[in-house]
Amino acid sequence: MADKKLRLAVLMAGACGGCDMAIVDISETLVDVLPSLEVVFWAPTVADVKYKDLEAMPDKSVDVGLISGMIRLDEHEHMSKVMRAKCNVVVAYGACAAMGGIPGMANMHTKEDIFQTAYFDTFSTDNPDGITPQPHYLMDGKYDLTLPEFYPYVRPIQSVIDVDYFIGGCPPHHSVVLNALVAILKGELPPKGSWITNGKAVCDVCPRNPRNTDEKRELVKEVRRTIEGDPDENKCLLQQGYMCLGPITQGDCGALCTKVNIPCAGCGGPIPGVKDFGLRAISAIASILDNEELVEQIPSPVKLFYRYSLPSSMLGKKVKKA
Amino acid sequence: MALTKIEINPMTRLEGHGKISIFLDEKGNVDNAFFQVVELRGYERFVQGMPIEEVPRTVSTICGVCRAVHFTASMKASDGVYNVEPTPTARKIRELFFNAHYVEDHAAILYALGFPDFVVGPTANPAERNLIGLVNAVGAETGKLVLKKRYAAVKILEMLGGKPIHPVAALPGGWSKRVTQEERKEIMALAEEMVELGQLTLKIFEDVVLKNPEYVKLVTGDVYKVVTNYLGSVDENDKVAFYDGTQKFVDTNGKEIARFKGKEYLNYISERVLPWSYLKMPYLKQKGWKGVVDGPDTSLYSVGPLPRLNVASGMPTPLAQQAYEKMFDVFGHKPVHNIMGYHWARAIELLCAAENIREIAKDESLCNPDVRSKLGPASEGVGIVEAPRGTLIHHYITDEKGIVEKANLIVATTHNKGPINIAVKRAAQNFIKNGVVNEGLLNMVELAYRPYDLCLACATHALPGHDPLQIDIYDCDGKLYKTLKNF
Repeated sequence: MADKKLRLAVLMAGACGGCDMAIVDISETLVDVLPSLEVVFWAPTVADVKYKDLEAMPDKSVDVGLISGMIRLDEHEHMSKVMRAKCNVVVAYGACAAMGGIPGMANMHTKEDIFQTAYFDTFSTDNPDGITPQPHYLMDGKYDLTLPEFYPYVRPIQSVIDVDYFIGGCPPHHSVVLNALVAILKGELPPKGSWITNGKAVCDVCPRNPRNTDEKRELVKEVRRTIEGDPDENKCLLQQGYMCLGPITQGDCGALCTKVNIPCAGCGGPIPGVKDFGLRAISAIASILDNEELVEQIPSPVKLFYRYSLPSSMLGKKVKKA
Repeated sequence: MALTKIEINPMTRLEGHGKISIFLDEKGNVDNAFFQVVELRGYERFVQGMPIEEVPRTVSTICGVCRAVHFTASMKASDGVYNVEPTPTARKIRELFFNAHYVEDHAAILYALGFPDFVVGPTANPAERNLIGLVNAVGAETGKLVLKKRYAAVKILEMLGGKPIHPVAALPGGWSKRVTQEERKEIMALAEEMVELGQLTLKIFEDVVLKNPEYVKLVTGDVYKVVTNYLGSVDENDKVAFYDGTQKFVDTNGKEIARFKGKEYLNYISERVLPWSYLKMPYLKQKGWKGVVDGPDTSLYSVGPLPRLNVASGMPTPLAQQAYEKMFDVFGHKPVHNIMGYHWARAIELLCAAENIREIAKDESLCNPDVRSKLGPASEGVGIVEAPRGTLIHHYITDEKGIVEKANLIVATTHNKGPINIAVKRAAQNFIKNGVVNEGLLNMVELAYRPYDLCLACATHALPGHDPLQIDIYDCDGKLYKTLKNF
C-alpha cells in the first residue's frame, strides 16, 4: 500500500445504489483498506461531505473519482463536471456509468409512452381527473408546488465529460472493486481510456468452455429460453442453445451467472476492442447460428443484446416522428 | 392569504429528487407540508416485450440496496404467469435466499441509518452521524465484527443467486441452481454468525436506546407518531411472514379489516395520481380517498417492519418471539404508531431472518435435485413479498409465450408515501413555531422519515441513505431569507 493516503471521491449520479453497496460488500477488508484512503467525498450514501465542499476543493486536488450511474438530470451532468474538474482520474464505475445500463432501455420509449403507462394504464392507478404530475402546480389556490423536469433520455457518463477509465458490471462484484482500488493505490493502471479489466471474456473464465473439455464446437441448431429444458451443468450454454453473451462480455466477474446455469447478459461491458456492444453481440451470435430462421426465435432482441448498453450505442434513442 | 414557503430539498438523484415544501401561515406556523417525489424511470413500460423469465434480473436494478426483493417478487409473479408452484426444493432455496437478503439489508440500514442517530446522537454534528462515525464510536473491532457477520448473508446471496447484488437464478416454478451438501453445511455455519449478529444488534439497541431515558422519550413519545392502518403478511399461524403469506390489513386499533392474496390486491389498494408528485399515493379502497390525513378514519396505511409486527400475532422463531414480546411490553399497546419503533422491529426481524436460515439449512432435502417445474401456457401472475421496507407487489400480464404485455409494480415506499408526508408535516409543526425555524429542524425532519427507510431508489430511484436536505426559507414577499443545507 502507498505511504501517502490516496484521496478518493465517490459520486452517485443516476444509479440504483448497487455500485455503492458493492463497496460496502468488501466488508471487513474495507476497514483494512480505509487507512490508505482519504475519502474526501462519498455522496450521498456514506460520508457527509457536501456538494459545495467538493465544488470548493481546488481543481485536481483529488486523486481518483468514481462515478456510478447514468446521466438523466442536469444535476448528474453538473456534478460529473465538478468531479472531472477536481479529480485527476475519473472512473465510470459500473454498467450505468460506462454504458447507460438497464435504465437506458427507457430510451426505447418516449416520455409520453412512459407517462401513459405509469399514470393511466397500470391496473391499480386511480386517476379520476385524468391528470399527470405537473412541473408547476398551484394546489388549493395557495400551495405553489414545483417539480423539476428531467432530460428526455439517458446518457452514459462519457457523453458529458472525458472519462479516464471504465469498470463494468451491474454492479461490479466486490472483489473487482477491491482489486481496482488496490490497483489504483499501487498506481498500476492501464493506458487512459481503457477499461479496468483483466481483458478476458466471460468464456475465458467460464468452467463450461468447450476448450476445457476438448469438446468440438457445433453450430447452434435451436434457440432456447432459460425456461426451456434443463441445461447440462457442465456444457457450454451457447452450445445448448441458450443466448449467452459470454463471448463478447468482459469476464472480471468470474462467470458468476453461468456458474448458476444462467446465460450471461452482458453487464460486464464489451471485451477490449469493441465499440458497440450490441452490434458485436448480434454479429457474434448470428455467426454461430445454424440457419437464419433461428434469429426469429430470439424474443425482444434489442432488450437482450443492448440490455446494458443502449445509451452508448449507435442506435441512441427513440425519437418521436414529427 | 400570503403563505411563506420553505423548501427542503433532498438531493436530486436519478430522475429528479424528492423534496419537502413547507408552507407557513401568517403567524409563521406550519399550514401544510408536502413530500414530493420525482421519479419516472419507466420500468413498467420497458419490461414490455421482454420474456417474463428475464424480468427478475432486470427489475432487480430498480434498487441496489433492495438487491433481491424486486427479483423475488417478479419471480413469484412468473410462477403465476405459468400457473405453477415452485418445486419444494426450489421453494426452500428461495426462502433461504430471501431471508439472507433480510439479514444483509436490515443490518446495512440499521448500522448506516438507524444507529448513528442514537449512538452518535440525534443532534450530533451531521458530519459524524453516519456509518463512519458509528464505527469510530463503537470501535474498529466491533465495526469489523458487524461487517464480517453481515458478509455471511452476502455470501449466501452470491452462492445461491449467482451475483450478490442483482441476482440471476430465478426461474418460473423453480431455481436455476441446485445446492450441494457442502454448500448446505457452509450455510449452516454462516447461519450461526447471522444469529449472533441478530442478538448483537438487539443488544446494541437495548444498551444504546432503551437505557437512555431521553431516547426512550423519543421512541415512545408523540412527536414521531403517525396513526394509520397497517398492512403486512402473515403465515398460517398468523406469524410474521417474509417470503410468502397472506396479506392482512388491520385498522388503527389493530382490528383486522381485510385479508387478500395475489390479484385480490386490486380490490383493496388504489394508487391516487397527484399533480404535485411523480409518486402515486396508495390508499385503502374500502375507506375511499380521504386525502393526506391520519387518525382513526384515515384510508392511508403503512407497511414495513413495524406494521408487520403490528399486523401479526408474533414471530415464527423463538428468539425473535422473545424480542417481539419485550417490544410490545415496553410500548404497552398494540398497534404501535410510534415510527421510531420501526428500527426496533427491524432489529427483531434481522434476528428472525437469521433463525429462519438456520432452520431451513438444517433440512437435508435442500439439496434435492427437483428445482425445475414443467410449465404450461402463460397468461398472468402476481407476486407479493414482504420486502424489508414493506409489502411489494409485482403484477404482469403476458401473451401465451410469456412475453410481457403489461406490468404493474407497487413498491413499499410508495405505500408509505402518505404516512411519510404526515410524519414530516408533524415534525415541521413541532419544530417551526411563530416563524422561528430551528436549525435542528433539518435533523428532526430527517428523523421523521428515516425510520421508514425511504427506499426512494425503489419508489423514486434516489438512494436510501443519508438524505441531504435543503431548506429554503422565503419571506412573505417571496424573497430568499435563509438557506439551511446539509449537503
